[in-house]
Amino acid sequence: MKKTIISLIPLALLLGLLALLFLNMGYHTEQVPSPLIGKPVPAFELPLLYEEGTLTEQDFLGEPWLLNVWGSWCPNCLYEHPVVTDLAQSGQLKVVGLNWKDEFKNADTWLKRLGNPYHTILVDYKGDVAIDFGVYGAPESFLIDANGIIVHKIVGELTPGNVKDEILPKLAQLQ
Amino acid sequence: MLPEIGQFLLVLSLLLATALTVLPMLGYAKNNQTLMQTARPLSHVLFITIMASFVILVVLFIQQDFSVLYVAENSSLELPLRYRITAAWGAHEGSILMWVTVQALWISAVAKFSRSLSLSQISRVLSVLGFIALGFVAFVLFASNPFETIFPVPIDGNDLNPLLQDFGMIMHPPLLYFGYVGLSVAFSLSVAALIGGEINEQWIRWSRRWTNIAWAFLTMGIILGSWWAYYELGWGGWWFWDPVENASFLPWLAGTALIHVQAVSERKNAFRGWTVLLAIIAFSLCILGTFLVRSGSITSVHSFAADPFRGIFILVLLAIYSGGALVLYTLRANQLKSRDTINLNSRETLMLANSLIFITATFTVLLGTLFPMIFEAVGKKISVGAPYFGLMFFVLMIPMAVLLPLGSQLKWHRDDVMAAIKQLMPYLLVTTVLAVIVWFLFKPLNIRAIAGIYGGLWVFTATVGQWIKRPGRATAGFIGMSVAHIGVAVFLFAMSMTEHKDIEQDILMSPGTTKQVGGYDFTFTGVDRVRQENYQAQQGHVEVRREGRLITTLNPQKRFYPKQQMPMTEAAIYAGWTKDIYVSLGEAVNKEGAWAVRIYIKPLIRWMWFGGILMLTGAIIGLFSARIKRQEDKQRDQVMAQQLNIS
Amino acid sequence: MRLFLIFISLIVSGHAHSIEVYNFENEYQRELYQELTQELRCLVCQNQNLADSDADLAKDLKDQVAEFVINNQDKETILAYMVQRYGDFVTYNPPLNTSTVFLWFSPFVVLLIGAGILIYNIRKKQS
Repeated sequence: MKKTIISLIPLALLLGLLALLFLNMGYHTEQVPSPLIGKPVPAFELPLLYEEGTLTEQDFLGEPWLLNVWGSWCPNCLYEHPVVTDLAQSGQLKVVGLNWKDEFKNADTWLKRLGNPYHTILVDYKGDVAIDFGVYGAPESFLIDANGIIVHKIVGELTPGNVKDEILPKLAQLQ
Repeated sequence: MLPEIGQFLLVLSLLLATALTVLPMLGYAKNNQTLMQTARPLSHVLFITIMASFVILVVLFIQQDFSVLYVAENSSLELPLRYRITAAWGAHEGSILMWVTVQALWISAVAKFSRSLSLSQISRVLSVLGFIALGFVAFVLFASNPFETIFPVPIDGNDLNPLLQDFGMIMHPPLLYFGYVGLSVAFSLSVAALIGGEINEQWIRWSRRWTNIAWAFLTMGIILGSWWAYYELGWGGWWFWDPVENASFLPWLAGTALIHVQAVSERKNAFRGWTVLLAIIAFSLCILGTFLVRSGSITSVHSFAADPFRGIFILVLLAIYSGGALVLYTLRANQLKSRDTINLNSRETLMLANSLIFITATFTVLLGTLFPMIFEAVGKKISVGAPYFGLMFFVLMIPMAVLLPLGSQLKWHRDDVMAAIKQLMPYLLVTTVLAVIVWFLFKPLNIRAIAGIYGGLWVFTATVGQWIKRPGRATAGFIGMSVAHIGVAVFLFAMSMTEHKDIEQDILMSPGTTKQVGGYDFTFTGVDRVRQENYQAQQGHVEVRREGRLITTLNPQKRFYPKQQMPMTEAAIYAGWTKDIYVSLGEAVNKEGAWAVRIYIKPLIRWMWFGGILMLTGAIIGLFSARIKRQEDKQRDQVMAQQLNIS
Repeated sequence: MRLFLIFISLIVSGHAHSIEVYNFENEYQRELYQELTQELRCLVCQNQNLADSDADLAKDLKDQVAEFVINNQDKETILAYMVQRYGDFVTYNPPLNTSTVFLWFSPFVVLLIGAGILIYNIRKKQS
């Protein structure tokens, strides 16, 4: 009897393994969750694309905002541009661009061709600030509340789907 | 025309595999001689049909038939002939067809070389093997058909992945498959024995040779993969603990445990249940490996393109084969009781300790590989890599290295551990002296390096000492064991040296300058352009001198394959007896022709793989054991006599 | 979908190097840099560390690591910097905490339990 129970252990382990492998196929994603959710926005001081001077994270306190990391070299940024534009034009949320590792000429041409949806555009030429935000690819977007706490991060392009299901509900919670 | 024939042959193979699964087993159940006798002929015909379909695939590549999707994806008009042939197994569909072909080859070999097994035994074994072939042929037909056609027919193909246009990559999959498939023989034997409800020493003895051969091939496949990664990928590393690498290492670890346990259970009616279980685990790990590599579940540069349907299919196969085998194991658990005694003070105990260490290592590598998946189930992501595996493996191998010479010192059945330890003392002394010499020559050395070096010297000294001291003529079994263990020693020593005493430098070199690294002078003389059939390259020239004397000129390349739009680094290696000098080209840094260059000095790295080769050589030498041959001949005579009586 | 998957597997399997050259002050710094870039993961690659990766992000992170090393920061500080921004995923050395205790200790537990079972079974057979 005891031998039968012990001999069931390998079978039980196999079943556990099969369950793990099967379920993993459903939930596996290449996306890396951000450790900055719930933490304050990293301190920065960045120049602007179209204006003189610099802005820091303090300048954005007081209302929720979306930081959208993009570059003219990034193909998926092209796909999300209409969605970003819609979101910005809806007036629900201030959308701020972070032009990441880009040349002014290319960024400017890109915006002139597609339209500039951003309230402001910060320029991170070297990429240091992006690293502070834990950015590892473009596009990425950060939803930040009025107190400067990062509330949500979307890795990859904004879509009508994730705007509706993730951004807007969280935004509503903040208000 | 040809693709259709290839496809038809696969369908035919599916039917033959079904027949092979059903008929002999039915014959066994009903004690029907005729049905059981269909097993061998069916096995041979199955091999012919599957082999023919594989040959057709190769012919399609040689003919550059781009109407076949798989050919179009993996070949091109510029691809040289030799790579067109090897492209047949360069991507998923073709490589799994190769697996199935190797499976059929082994089934046919088992059918031929099994005269020491009775008809009732061989019919069961071939039936289970046929069942495995059935599952995988079905997988090819329904989830990875290499003969799928494409319309309109493209004018040119996508070319073979440049990383695969290489000798090491050509040999690596077939060798691994020979290993995996070989373990399916031990698996089938276990299942066949479970079905019959009994497993005697004759079963195990017969399976030892097949398991040894499978393990040898698996060892070679892993060595080749490691060597290939070293010279092809350009970063000087030889093992990354990548999930796909672990996929081949897991069956190897379980296989090592298996070949040692079989040595015990062949001689005694003891631990046979454990032998059966290990064989099931080893082959299950092969299937798991196939899943990990082809399902897209894990992130790896090695994995094939992901496809969830394929993933599910393989999971189903794993559930059926492993689950079925383990259910049988549970049902028969009580009947597998051991009858012989084992003394604590004997070689058997040490062999089982080996089992324990290697199965723990298997568990650890499996856990580390799957842990990110477990973590991800709760939404978090974690990486488990070389720092974890390296440390765990190192700790587990300490008892292995310490106990190994004790195992080979103790006699079978009954001995005196204290007396054996006394016999080992001189070796310990010699080892310590040698280790101190090594320390003085190569210091500084960190703890892990010292432990690895000491362990390697200990195993080497004790094994050689035991060989010299052995009275009388050494048997094949003894020589095989000694050679394999010397291989372990060489591997441990060389690995410790190459991991801890290697030198790596990234240097900016302008044409005409010389830099000193590791006692050698490297003179960069510039870069020129080179053109081959399907790539162009910038080729650098680096002269290597020691004390003024020119040793070699290394020509690392940066290649560009236009078809695949893929850049590739081709390192230049000077392979030496005591060290490798390895130079890799980065990129041009400025207009004056300065380049970033990486230089490695890797001491004793070739010896590491040579240690592995010694291990598998030992396994092969052991095949010629006169003792086993004698007993198999006796068994074969008995079986033949039985058959004459029956008919 | 099939072609897309093939495309993805092709473009990410390229393997060329960006070798960065830094001016380390001494051998210790160079080795620390090598150790760190082998332990840190490239987040945009298919299972490669920073040292072996030619991705742009990897280059940025390598620059950052080199800068820290040249400024005599120690290994723990640099690792903490990366983990703070990217999470535990970025290091190939999993941390030791309540959720990873099983990972780090179960092999030894398995070894001990196995040894116990082995000795028990052999003792049983000795009678």
